[in-house]
Amino acid sequence: MIARVTVMLKEGVLDPQGEAVKHALNSLDYDKVKSVRQGKVMEIGLDETSEIEANKSIQEMCEKLLANTVIESYEIEII
Amino acid sequence: MRAAVIIFPGSNCDRDMLSALRLAGHEAVPIWHKETELPKNIDLIAIPGGFSFGDYLRCGAIAAKSPIFREISRHIERGGYALGICNGFQILTEAGILPGILQKNIGTKFISKIVDLRVINTTSTFTHKYMTNNKISIPIAHHEGNYFASKDDLEELKDKNCIAFKYKDNPNGASENIAGILSENHRVLGMMPHPERHIEDAHGCKDGYPFFEGLFQTS
Repeated sequence: MIARVTVMLKEGVLDPQGEAVKHALNSLDYDKVKSVRQGKVMEIGLDETSEIEANKSIQEMCEKLLANTVIESYEIEII
Repeated sequence: MRAAVIIFPGSNCDRDMLSALRLAGHEAVPIWHKETELPKNIDLIAIPGGFSFGDYLRCGAIAAKSPIFREISRHIERGGYALGICNGFQILTEAGILPGILQKNIGTKFISKIVDLRVINTTSTFTHKYMTNNKISIPIAHHEGNYFASKDDLEELKDKNCIAFKYKDNPNGASENIAGILSENHRVLGMMPHPERHIEDAHGCKDGYPFFEGLFQTS
């Protein structure tokens, strides 16, 4: 089973990298780009058949290591 | 005073830290991160600057979960003293020992320069040689030094006199101009600037020397 974890900065937390990408897009004349937020995607291969169990353990991994919940939120998707 | 300087793969200020501690008259031993135990009778654990494990995922995140860190946490839980400079500060926040997190600098650039700090707390073992609001000149060299903490955490830091140093002119976007903070019991200090780089005449400035000189001295 493969789980896809998406980690994003929480709303309200400044994202200087996203800002820099936004400016670059604007300077390529994409005037309609109003914001860019940059995050991380991780695909985790898991030796597990139960989706519920997989979700549970990935959530634990997110809390312990994959995301820093002071500034980041995460989403788990089993694919 | 006996200090252990922890070396992770990528640490590069470990020798500076060792020589600063020794110059100030302390005993200091380097400890490779694969050691499973710390030597006996260690008073202070120092986590130096540089990088750790490529700083993959987030700066300090992997080091904070490494086996040696269990020993470091035990030392701190027992009320032991610890110091984290630069990457060491990032590791201490990732381990949840100090509140908040160090984010990318607001201008997205790596900043390497000498900055002025104001000393805020002057009662901890690290800072008692300075006077409140002393201006000291200390180098910074980091890409992720922008201190961020929740409003509640910032209030608590202020209320409990846990802000050790502030930048005079904020170089990186840090909340409240914070350059270094203390734990609630004032025995763990994390800071982005490098006092170990300003300790002898050859450095052109010795403003960092009192920091090391004062460790474990009664004021």
